[in-house]
Amino acid sequence: MQAVNTSSNIARDSGITEAGNKHKKQSFWSFEAVKTAVKQSFVKLNPHSLMHNPVMFVVEVGSMLTTLDALRYLFVGPIAEFSFVGQISLWLWLTVLFANFAEAMAEGRGQAHADTLKRTRTDTEAKRIVGTVLEVVSASRLVKGDTVLVEAGDIIPGDGEVIEGVAAVDESAITGESAPVIRESGGDRSAVTGGTRVISDQLKVRITAEKGESFLDKMISLIEAAKRYKTPNEIALALLLAGLTLIFLVVVLTLGPFSIYSHVPVSVTIFIALLVALAPTTIGGLLSAIGISGMNRLFERNVLALSGRAVEAAGDANIIMLDKTGTLTLGNRYATEFIPNTGVDAMELAGAAQLSSLADETPEGRSIVVLAKERYGLREQSFSEKEVVFVPFSAQTRMSGVDVNSMDTTADTNIRQIRKGAVEAVCYWVESDLSPHMKQIVEDISNSGGTPLLVGERLVSKKGKNGEKGQLLGIIHLKDVIKEGIAERLEALRKAGIKTVMITGDNPLTASAIAQEAGVDDFLAEATPERKMEYVKTMKSKGYMVAMVGDGTNDAPALANADVAVAMNSGTMAAREAGNMIDLDSDPTKLIEIVEVGKQILITRGALTTFSVTNDVAKYFAIIPAMFAVGYPGLEKLNIMHLTSPQSAILSAIIFNAIIIPLLVPIALKGVRYKPAAASVVLRKNLLLYGLGGLIVPFVGIKLIDMIVTALHLVAAVHPVIGVH
Amino acid sequence: MTVQGVLQIVVLLGVVAVVGIFMGRYMFGVFEKNKTFLDPVLLPVERSVYKVCGIDPTQEMRWTTYALCLLAVNVVGFVVLFILLGLQSVLPLNPAHQAHVPFWTSWNTAISFVTNTNWQNYGGETTLSYLSQMWLTVQQFLSPVSGICILLVVVRGFSRSQSNTVGNFWKDFIRCLLWVAVPFAILGTIILVALGSPQNLHGYIQVSTLGGGHQKIAQGPVASMTSIMQWGDNGGGFFATNAAHPYEAPNVASLLVQLIMGFAVSAGCIWLFGRMIKDVRQSRAVFVAMAIMFSVGALVMYHYELVGNPIVNSAVVSAKAKTANHTATYRSNWEGKETRFGIGTTTLFENSTTAVSWGSTAASNDSLTPIGGMMTLFNMTTGEVIFGSWGVGMVGMIAFAILAIFLAGLMVGRTPEYLGKKIESYEVKMAVLAMIVTSFAILVLAALSLAVKPGISGIYNPGPHGLTEVLYAFSSGVGNNGSAFGGLNAASPWYSLTVGIAMLLGRYAMYIPLLAVGGSMALKQRVPVGAGTFPTHGPLFIGLLIGTVIIVGALIFFPALALGPLAEHFSMQAGRLF
Repeated sequence: MQAVNTSSNIARDSGITEAGNKHKKQSFWSFEAVKTAVKQSFVKLNPHSLMHNPVMFVVEVGSMLTTLDALRYLFVGPIAEFSFVGQISLWLWLTVLFANFAEAMAEGRGQAHADTLKRTRTDTEAKRIVGTVLEVVSASRLVKGDTVLVEAGDIIPGDGEVIEGVAAVDESAITGESAPVIRESGGDRSAVTGGTRVISDQLKVRITAEKGESFLDKMISLIEAAKRYKTPNEIALALLLAGLTLIFLVVVLTLGPFSIYSHVPVSVTIFIALLVALAPTTIGGLLSAIGISGMNRLFERNVLALSGRAVEAAGDANIIMLDKTGTLTLGNRYATEFIPNTGVDAMELAGAAQLSSLADETPEGRSIVVLAKERYGLREQSFSEKEVVFVPFSAQTRMSGVDVNSMDTTADTNIRQIRKGAVEAVCYWVESDLSPHMKQIVEDISNSGGTPLLVGERLVSKKGKNGEKGQLLGIIHLKDVIKEGIAERLEALRKAGIKTVMITGDNPLTASAIAQEAGVDDFLAEATPERKMEYVKTMKSKGYMVAMVGDGTNDAPALANADVAVAMNSGTMAAREAGNMIDLDSDPTKLIEIVEVGKQILITRGALTTFSVTNDVAKYFAIIPAMFAVGYPGLEKLNIMHLTSPQSAILSAIIFNAIIIPLLVPIALKGVRYKPAAASVVLRKNLLLYGLGGLIVPFVGIKLIDMIVTALHLVAAVHPVIGVH
Repeated sequence: MTVQGVLQIVVLLGVVAVVGIFMGRYMFGVFEKNKTFLDPVLLPVERSVYKVCGIDPTQEMRWTTYALCLLAVNVVGFVVLFILLGLQSVLPLNPAHQAHVPFWTSWNTAISFVTNTNWQNYGGETTLSYLSQMWLTVQQFLSPVSGICILLVVVRGFSRSQSNTVGNFWKDFIRCLLWVAVPFAILGTIILVALGSPQNLHGYIQVSTLGGGHQKIAQGPVASMTSIMQWGDNGGGFFATNAAHPYEAPNVASLLVQLIMGFAVSAGCIWLFGRMIKDVRQSRAVFVAMAIMFSVGALVMYHYELVGNPIVNSAVVSAKAKTANHTATYRSNWEGKETRFGIGTTTLFENSTTAVSWGSTAASNDSLTPIGGMMTLFNMTTGEVIFGSWGVGMVGMIAFAILAIFLAGLMVGRTPEYLGKKIESYEVKMAVLAMIVTSFAILVLAALSLAVKPGISGIYNPGPHGLTEVLYAFSSGVGNNGSAFGGLNAASPWYSLTVGIAMLLGRYAMYIPLLAVGGSMALKQRVPVGAGTFPTHGPLFIGLLIGTVIIVGALIFFPALALGPLAEHFSMQAGRLF
């Protein structure tokens, strides 16, 4: 099992940064993607489908009205008015199309993912076990509770639980990860997914999901449904945007009587232009794209969110619970130091330690050999089989080691036995006690969260036990090694107001030492399923949002209570059902990334909303003087951008309003950059960038567009009367 | 601008802050701690009221029950007042033999005094009997107290956690009346009498003037009505000209006392809020945001009033060119101002009356310069949140804070939360509703008035100035401010009806959704504050809050303002008056 899984272990051990790079990168602007999106933008013009987006729906109705207005001018003249109103109509239609395009681009990326998955969903045959008979049926006819046999080369016909056997399974169809994983009955790796392939050995699987409800089906429907998903926050924002649009609708409608009273009547097109300019079209057009692409970013990280609420909760999480082993520390303990006993040479201890570990294939053993080589320059010695006998670790002796047979038969004591192991066990074996000094060292190591391994030797005569003489050589310091970069990452999370909690089975003393070294805020030592669940519940009752990762059945109760519960794909069915997200890579470190993606979605939404709303100031200054300066020439003073003419001012504002959408599509799809930091810092930065930026950019943009519009003679450059003809 | 004029603003705000801190602590004692220095006198009264009315003050209410009780009190107030005004001619205490009040005036006045607006489309001394005036005074106690109850519900939404109740309406109402409204109004009356206002029930005095003419001088319980009018941010004065009448404000000292009285409880609400949520830093931030908007408004108004009308100025200059000793005084816009008070004090009072929503005036707003007039409009169209009146000003600011945090708060990467409570779609829906209703009411009613004949015919000054007059009337109504711009036939049935509707919408359609916010917030669990929390006490938030009030609250009115005061201003600069 270890052997097959090493590749993924190594990937995991090499640090968290790599996990982030593993996603399958998709190009944003591939020709194919853009082509589909362009086509979709026109399909989405169907008013029925636009209804779900009130802001854009209003723009579309406006476009229709101005188009009618333009047609009227085309037939009854004047033709200059046709040109102006026609151009306004064109840009209004483009506004809708741009928004549709953004949404289609976002949807397209998810769709591509779903299509790939669909291709793997072929109908397979299953070997159903009925009593003692094996019958071959179509996988679609399997029902819950059936037991099937899956042999090497077979595709697992449906989701289920392994009830017998161990096998290597290729799950690349779902995870995209080519390294096979082990599935076995009992324990935490018993869940199998339909559509994956057994590549060695065989399994007996009890089917737990019927056709249409399998994991693969669920996954496809989730990805496809991403476009229909609206997270609670998105709904709230959509409400606000609809409210703002409604307000501006009333502003424009009531401006009718105001303008008539003031003897400066204004044409319908101008009113519609004002309405569209004021309505929050930028965020309205990009809102769904932000949500969809956020979900896609999770898919690309191989995380499947089972609900939109979970994604948002991830952004809100303020406690994240991380397993010690594999997440904070490298999976295993490593030898970091040899401490010789009084009177023993360090070299001698290193040599003995190395010798005793040569045959020890555990990571701890290998790390001892490596340390001896690196620190003391000891090369691995080679022995013939006759010379050495390796003594493997056993639970009874709690030691492992080696017996070295010196070929010198004359020697009195010609067998050198070396053992390393638990302190008490080795002391007992050499029949000697630790000196107070050494006892202190053992205690210090334990207190620091490490594990002391005692090394002892005995020289034994072949003839009997007569010449037996034991000696304690020293201590090997085994330590949990904190993953590189993890402390910085946790520090960043703390600045962002997220508390990290380490979960470990270690005793509180050890746990506290490791917690301190890794820089977590709190730890849960001697964690049992009940304690984990209790912890989650207590924190939730204090108002915290808890995010956690789990794989085993014993994690399920805690997962079911957590707000963000990421289940490992390699975990048990129980864990997978208790979670609201599934990490297909089974990488517990990813929880941090999930939290960051959750935050990024919210930040992107907020940034573009702020940008969109602050844009209105400049648009007012462009359009209002253009509308009314005819009646009140003094209002020309409000034309602080010195736009050429009323027509060019209005057209420029509308063009700016339209093209800002595609310009912001990359931000909507990729998300605003987020680095964990204190809320005040993030806010200040984003408020400056998107709030102040939103205030200033349109002034510059509209002025530039006005210069271009004037240079190209797109509209009348003088002060014509814009009125009702 | 003179140093004196600017200093007045600074000193006023300083005094307001001190009074606010005191009142905040006192009101916290009244409503939450149940411990104040007036307890020995008032507790027995309170107990007997409960006994007589059969009230159990310990019974907690859901927000819906609370709101229904509040509405019931207001409906009863409306009905009683409406009947009383209609029948005043046959009721006692009518020494001046005033006739019954016409239907539309009664409708408008009853709404006006129930909603704490005190819009008066009648001249008090020429229309109302003493009984009517005194009953209006009763309403002047009851309506601001209702405002405090609204605030208590909303703030308890934040201070309580996982609670489906928001307090007991009767207890809040009665305690507010007994502890906050009555004792200070009495104190205020004494001070105002000391400063020279009359307080009697005499008939009007007929005098012969020095010029040989005859004049009727109105008498009556002026000081008490002025006291509660200012203290309760009511604004419904005894006299039609309000503080410009020498009996209402006999001198500058009296005017300043009235100014401070108008601010006191509104500013106190800011600190009451801070104490209730156990974070006074939040109060400071809100106060600073309000103070900044207030100062800008006051300074802009002061500046434009001081500079005056260029057309008039040039006429004055040419006329006075030879006399040599003309001073800057002549350049200022003195029209419609009380010379006893001067430009600085008068504009400060006008800015305060529109911002703090008491609505009694010390000048004719109709005669302000276009920009000066626009500032009074700004104070009201933003929803009366620059201090505002009892309770509701603070509630309006909380609504803006919710919107501000929802708009920009997402930028910290969390579901936006204010004071530890998450802002979700329900709260956004209600805050947006409150915001929509107010702007709808102002714009739609104004547009209607400009489109129909009864509306247009009530405008005395056509052109942009008339538009401002109409806009002002509805802004004042919706903002429950009650100050009048003038220049409008407000007593006409059309404006009586529509301004009445505006006042109703501005009170109930705006604040009931916000009561719902309080109810839903109280149910929520508090999110612990951490480094990831959007900080709502620093300068960043103050700026954000001001930005939101201006962008959301004022930009909506920009097109209308462009056709009203802005058009008038720029035309005036170009030499054209309306």
